[in-house]
Amino acid sequence: MAHRPGFVLEVDRSTPPTLFHHGEGFRLERLPAGSRVIYPSEALAPLKDPDAAIRHALLNPVGSDPLPALLKPGMKLTIAFDDVSLPLPKMRRPDVRQRVIEAVLDLAAEAGVDDVHLIAALALHRRMTEAELRHAVGDRVYDAFAPRGLLYNHDAEDPDNLAFLGETDQGEEVEINKRAAESDLLVYVNINLVSMDGGWKSTATGLASYRSLRHHHNVKTMRHSRSFMDQHRSELHSSNWRMGEVLRKSGVKVFQIETTLNNDTFPKPFDFLQKREWDWTARDRASFIAVSKTLERTPSRLKRSIFQSIEAPHQMTGVNAGEVEAVHAITTAKVFEQQLVPVDGQTDVLTMGLPYICPYNVHSVMNPILVMCLGLGYFFNLYRGKPLVREGGVLIMSHPTPWEFHPVHHPSYIDFFEQVLADTTDPIEIEKTYEKSFAEDEWYRHLYRTSYAYHGVHPFYMWYWGAHALQHLGGVIVVGGDPKAVRRLGFKPASTLRDALEMATDVVGRDPSITHLHNPPLLVADVT
Amino acid sequence: MKLRLPRPAFPYSAPTTPRGVEPLPGEPRWGQAYDTDWARRTPARYARFFIVEGPMRAVVRALASPARRGADRLDAVRGPVIFAANHHSHVDTPLLLTSIPDRWRHRTVVAAAADYFFTNRYTSAASALAMSAFPIERKTVSRRSADQAARLIAEGWSLLIFPEGGRSPDGWGQGHRGGAAYLSSRTGAPVVPVHLEGTGRIFAKGDKRPRPGSTTVTFGAPLAPEPGESSTRFAARIETAVAALADEARTDWWSARHRAHAGRSPALTGPETTSWRRVWALGDRRSRRARQARRRWPDLG
Repeated sequence: MAHRPGFVLEVDRSTPPTLFHHGEGFRLERLPAGSRVIYPSEALAPLKDPDAAIRHALLNPVGSDPLPALLKPGMKLTIAFDDVSLPLPKMRRPDVRQRVIEAVLDLAAEAGVDDVHLIAALALHRRMTEAELRHAVGDRVYDAFAPRGLLYNHDAEDPDNLAFLGETDQGEEVEINKRAAESDLLVYVNINLVSMDGGWKSTATGLASYRSLRHHHNVKTMRHSRSFMDQHRSELHSSNWRMGEVLRKSGVKVFQIETTLNNDTFPKPFDFLQKREWDWTARDRASFIAVSKTLERTPSRLKRSIFQSIEAPHQMTGVNAGEVEAVHAITTAKVFEQQLVPVDGQTDVLTMGLPYICPYNVHSVMNPILVMCLGLGYFFNLYRGKPLVREGGVLIMSHPTPWEFHPVHHPSYIDFFEQVLADTTDPIEIEKTYEKSFAEDEWYRHLYRTSYAYHGVHPFYMWYWGAHALQHLGGVIVVGGDPKAVRRLGFKPASTLRDALEMATDVVGRDPSITHLHNPPLLVADVT
Repeated sequence: MKLRLPRPAFPYSAPTTPRGVEPLPGEPRWGQAYDTDWARRTPARYARFFIVEGPMRAVVRALASPARRGADRLDAVRGPVIFAANHHSHVDTPLLLTSIPDRWRHRTVVAAAADYFFTNRYTSAASALAMSAFPIERKTVSRRSADQAARLIAEGWSLLIFPEGGRSPDGWGQGHRGGAAYLSSRTGAPVVPVHLEGTGRIFAKGDKRPRPGSTTVTFGAPLAPEPGESSTRFAARIETAVAALADEARTDWWSARHRAHAGRSPALTGPETTSWRRVWALGDRRSRRARQARRRWPDLG
């Protein structure tokens, strides 16, 4: 059956309760009659033979010579690939990156290329563990390269392995991984889960240093990205594209390979999560009851490990290779084909259920700062045109928001939460007063480089990510969250959705329009 | 004292043949003539499911500790395939039957030597039931074997075949015969090259009993005959693919691909030299039997 596109449902008395993600759990909520629910599109049909499609893309690239023509014996080849933050949840083996990297390496072996390095382009994210690298690139590639030190994580704080390439016309410094910059060919293997990913952002962000990243990861850029899911209205992208121009002029030759995935996000027994409630069969209802009841009685650590072990049955819907911008234009169109849902007009109150995962807590804890980033950073920005919620409107999100942090992955987050947010939640003030001391802290730098910690400045970026929403919204209410943690974020806690809607009327007045973002599976609202 | 029951008299037993009389030639019932259709009917398939997933899997795990690699290369393959593997040991078939991806595992038949596995009523029935084996003639070229294999593939069964024609006599592989390539050309089913590493150390030809060890099963990308390609050339390509997988299992994927593209994958058949040097060149791959020093002193208890 062909996939059904996403659509907007108007709630009436016959509408079944609506599913809200709620961290490692779910809630069924009855929305007031007249509310709207935005449903994502069903999964697009996948490519029948992904390996053949990859090979075809490499041999017939857009705006570039075929890959075999670019490969020569004696050349320096670097393959960079997206890190653990993509895709979400992690996909079943074989990962798309493995398929693409094996195809590229096979052509390189055929051409007699010996000098090959593989780099996880993780920018200021935590380093990937061996298990995560194996999952991404596959055992064959890992066993062939990692033991010889030819497969490794990018280090944005290693002065000996960074190359400064110049400045953009707006004074933004461009500094990326030295090996990538000095290679005869840099092949970038990307997974485009949302339209924000890919393009010049892959290299200009993924392989960059803090010195370079700070030019577009700041409050000003984020507030001028409306939204960063729409490349043409995103200052984040404009900055990356300017940096891409510097890369090009410096002679960095990039062969970009971008892949798109379908919306098939949850495997059994969680597949009811991607069905519309009225399509739930008796089996789906039984699964929901069994899963929900079991989760209520499960300790949080176990719940987390159950959810973090979910492997999405994502399948590839497209693969394109060649010149960065030409490839990215095709990729973005494919992503929008899967995710775009037309929505007529803004709303006073936007509700959303936040799931257990965001790009920065894979195999980790979703701490309160990440809750803010997922809700106000990512979900709020899942729009094209206008924000889903009107200026001065209220955002209601559902998540347990535990006061809990992963001490290895998120050490600077703990201090950010305890020190910085206790003082102020204003992004401008935070940036001005605190960013430098965290970014240049030797201990955080050490943990980032040698342990599995996010960079010291990362929690700041998470906060900036929500800066546009913080400026736009009249209030944020968290349903079912730890009240202390929610208040520390500067938001209001509520026990139930009904309470939250009642509280929202203080800001938006009586009888507000309500819209629910039924997400994930991912959708982007095309608001007119 | 041995109790011997009296043989019932004719006509309650078979008649004896008088001396000097040539008996009528009977219809052969074993060997290549053995009819295995019953072993592919539903009751036998259920029985085999429990044999393979139960005792066979447990024995293989205990004996061969298999690591299975490369099954992801078969993701895009649909329909029946021909698995072509190297052959060192009686462990190979159970190891493969428990390693083949789910999609094909319980719908795979094994081409087994008629002169070894189908010599009498009991071995024939056991081979057909437990391994879903059907007899093939390996000493002579037989149209009957090929027709039967082609018919089974057309019915949707996948085929497991050892193109070397028998277990390795000395630890090195043997040249591939053309059966797998011919069947692929005739039926259109792709050939999946498979390499088994380590089974020769567990139960090599000539060993009296198995010794537990570790093994690696590596599945390769499926191969199809190219337009106009002869079975002989295709068979050589399959052998090269298995040799590349052997190289991959012993070194790493990247170096193996380099050598494969340069046509320098080490041959499965080993160096063409004197027998001791061939054994020497095997290194760690020699069977334990060959590597263990013989007891030089009498066992005095």
